This record gives sequence, C-alpha cells and structure tokens, in this order.
Amino acid sequence: MAEGKIRVVMAIPALENHTKGYLTVSGMLRDAGMEVILLGNELPERVVETALQESADVIGISTYCGSPVVFGEDLLEAAEKKNIREKTIFIIGGIFPPEDVPNLIKMGFAGVFPPGPGSRREDIISCIRNAIASKKPN
Amino acid sequence: MRKKANKGFNECLPGKDMSMGLAKKILEGDIQAAARLLNCIEDEVQGTNEELKELYPYTGKAYVVGLTGSAGVGKSTLINVFIKDLRKKGLTVGVIVIDPTSPFTGGAILGDRLRMQGHSLDQEVFIRSVATRGWKGGLSKATIGMIHVMDALGKDIILVETVGTGQGEIEVSKISDACVIILSPGAGDEVQMMKAGILEVADIFVVNKADKEGAAEVKLKLEGMIYSRSLAASSTLSEWKPKVILTNALGDKGIEELTESVFEHRNFLTATGELEKRRQERARTELMDTIKNSVEKHIYQATSKDAYLEELVNKVASREVDPYTAASKILRTFTPIVMN
Repeated sequence: MAEGKIRVVMAIPALENHTKGYLTVSGMLRDAGMEVILLGNELPERVVETALQESADVIGISTYCGSPVVFGEDLLEAAEKKNIREKTIFIIGGIFPPEDVPNLIKMGFAGVFPPGPGSRREDIISCIRNAIASKKPN
Repeated sequence: MRKKANKGFNECLPGKDMSMGLAKKILEGDIQAAARLLNCIEDEVQGTNEELKELYPYTGKAYVVGLTGSAGVGKSTLINVFIKDLRKKGLTVGVIVIDPTSPFTGGAILGDRLRMQGHSLDQEVFIRSVATRGWKGGLSKATIGMIHVMDALGKDIILVETVGTGQGEIEVSKISDACVIILSPGAGDEVQMMKAGILEVADIFVVNKADKEGAAEVKLKLEGMIYSRSLAASSTLSEWKPKVILTNALGDKGIEELTESVFEHRNFLTATGELEKRRQERARTELMDTIKNSVEKHIYQATSKDAYLEELVNKVASREVDPYTAASKILRTFTPIVMN
C-alpha cells in the first residue's frame, strides 16, 4: 500500500523563453510514475526554496540559452545554504556547448542531458532512479 | 508494470526508537522537518503516526479554508492574490494544492504552485503540491494529516485547493471551516448550479474572471438561488447566506472583499457556535476515516498472500461459494487490530 513516489521540481532559468523541452521531459517523468512540480521560469534561490517546501528528491533544469554553468553554480550554492544539497539529485538538460558537460558533472549534477544520444527518455529516467537508489543507505 | 519506486531513503528513515524526531523540530518552526513529515504522511512511512500523535495537542489553532471549482476557473491564480492579501493583514499562510494522479501511470503533473511563485521566498507562506494518488472527492488521503502539520507549524490560516472538480466533489467541505466555491462566466446555466452538492456546501461563492462577459449574470443567478433556498429553508438550517463575490484574480480585483467575507463568515460561525459544531463533525469524520483506513490496511496486509483467501476466490469464481459467505469466513479469521 505504502509507496514512495519520486518527486521532481522542474524549472527553466528566468528570462529564457521556451517550454518545449521542459514540458516534454515533465511528461516523460509523469509517465514513469513520478510527481512533477512545475515551476516555469525561476531564479536559483527560489527553485531551492520550493524544493525544500516540496521535499523534492530531484531538481530538473531545462535551459536553452546562456550559461548553464553559472546557473548551476548558483543553484548548488543555494541548495548548500539551505542544507538540501546532499539529499537532492540535480539534473540539467537543453542546449549548451559540449565543453560545459564535464563541468556540470564535476560540479555535482547527477545527470547532464545535451541534445543527441545519451539523452533519451530511458536515460533520463534511469539516471534519476539510479541516483536515488545510490542514496539509499544500506 | 511499473516498478516500485526506490524510495523511503534517508529522509524518511525512522531512528532506532521508531521516532524520526520531526515533531519537535516542527514545533520549533522548522520548515524542512515539516516538509519531510508531509512526505512521510503521503508515503505512509512507518513511524509517521508517532510524529502526528506528538503534534496533535498543538493543532486546532489554524483556520482552514477550502477552495474548489472546475478546472480552469482560476483557483490557483485567485489563491495567489488571496495569499497576498492575507499576508498584508499579518497572517501566516499554509497552502495545500491538489492535482490529479494519472490512473494509468501513477505519475502526476503538479501545476498549481507555479501561479503562486511570487511567495516562494516568504518564510511565512508554506505551499505544498499534492497529488491525489487515487483518492476520490478532489482531495488526497493525506490532506487532513497535512493540515495538522501546517497547523502545528504555526500557520494562522490554511488554504486547501482541490483538484478541478466536476459536480460531486464536495469532500473539501468536510475538512474545512469555510468552503469557497469558485466559478467563472460561461460555464453553464442555472441548472448546473442547482445540481446537488455545490450550492449546499458553499459558504462563499466567487465568480472569477469578472472582466469577462456574463459575470454579473452568473452572480445574479447565484444570488437568486441562494434567496429561493433561504425562503424554502427550515429554521434548523444555519442562517448564513452565502456571499457572491466578483473577482478578477489576474487583475487583483475583488480580493479584499473575499478576505472580508471569510472573516465575516468566521465571526458568524463563532458567534452562533457553528464553528465548534463543524469542528466536532470534522473530528468525527477524521476518526472514522482513520478507523476505516486502519482496517483496510490490516485486511490488505493479512490477505495479500493468504492461501485460504485464494482458495475462496477460486470457489467464488466457480460458484461453489457465494462472495457473501466467503467474506464472512475470511473476516472470522481476523485477529484484533493493533495500530502503530
């Protein structure tokens, strides 16, 4: 009866004008049985505050233009400040230069999904499930 | 079949003594602890009831307002400006917003909160998105427990937004002190309004999107209904006559009137002793629901791998035994229920 659901907060960095990727991925995660809290355009600090109130397992960022590294740094820093960095899984996807990928991973994103192979539905879902499983203490 | 999600990890793990220690933190105002306990309630994590037991003596202070209405009438947008007005008056606010779970995948898109993000950095506003997880009536099973947590956290007023409802989802009126029904122009004629439930449970009506054509007409029709109902009502019915308020949530119009009506209604309930009666009824509903849930859980656990049950299922299917006899046979095997 009791069944833990994975809760995901999905946001787009403020001022970016797109919803396609964000809605597509949100729909995929819903279809995988997750509860997806949509935020739309947001600032890092407010995403973190929301994730805290919603006790979210995952924060997902969809970005098309600009600087995922800067946004990512601010997001992780805000999470650190609010003491939820450890318990939260961070994923990011969208369009950004390939050289940003290793930086984002190094920074602490469990999943980085630029366009192309490796960003399929199954990849995103299994990334989240694996990251949650690895956080589970034995 | 979808695999069971791997969860129940760090944040919900009970300590050795089965106590998560969340209640104490919540009473000190710890938002993160409150958020965690809300998860535990939803996921039915073992030990949750212990925390709720500890909190219960500190609850009953908050005023609970339920808001319901069809999908797309502007419930979330209205709540956004309602919160703003309540904050202006110095009140702290808890908000529970409910959206439907997909019956096919078990997943959900929770899209109410994004209309209220302006309050995301206000520490005195606690918003929580909730999926129905198969619960009927526009609420989720966890709603009452969640109200207790926000109450214990010290929120003055708790707003509960139901899923976009149709015609029979009036469960929210059973868990709230005041019930606000939100309509918008162009959603049907007076016949729709006359259908059972909606008119009876509303303490306040809001006609949102009042800038659109037809809003005044909806208000007039509603007032007509309320008037004719009051003529027909027997003296045993409460004498509160629901207000009809025109609002334009996006344009931030009519909200003060809504707040005033909620306060006025509260004064009425307090003065007439109706508030106490409503809360008594609420306690009864909660107690009965808790008993029902515990029995259901117990039966589910006891019979899920039961060979005797399987045997009886086969017999019922082959018409050897009728389901009524089979059920009483099963029930006779039960031991008394011990609730954790």
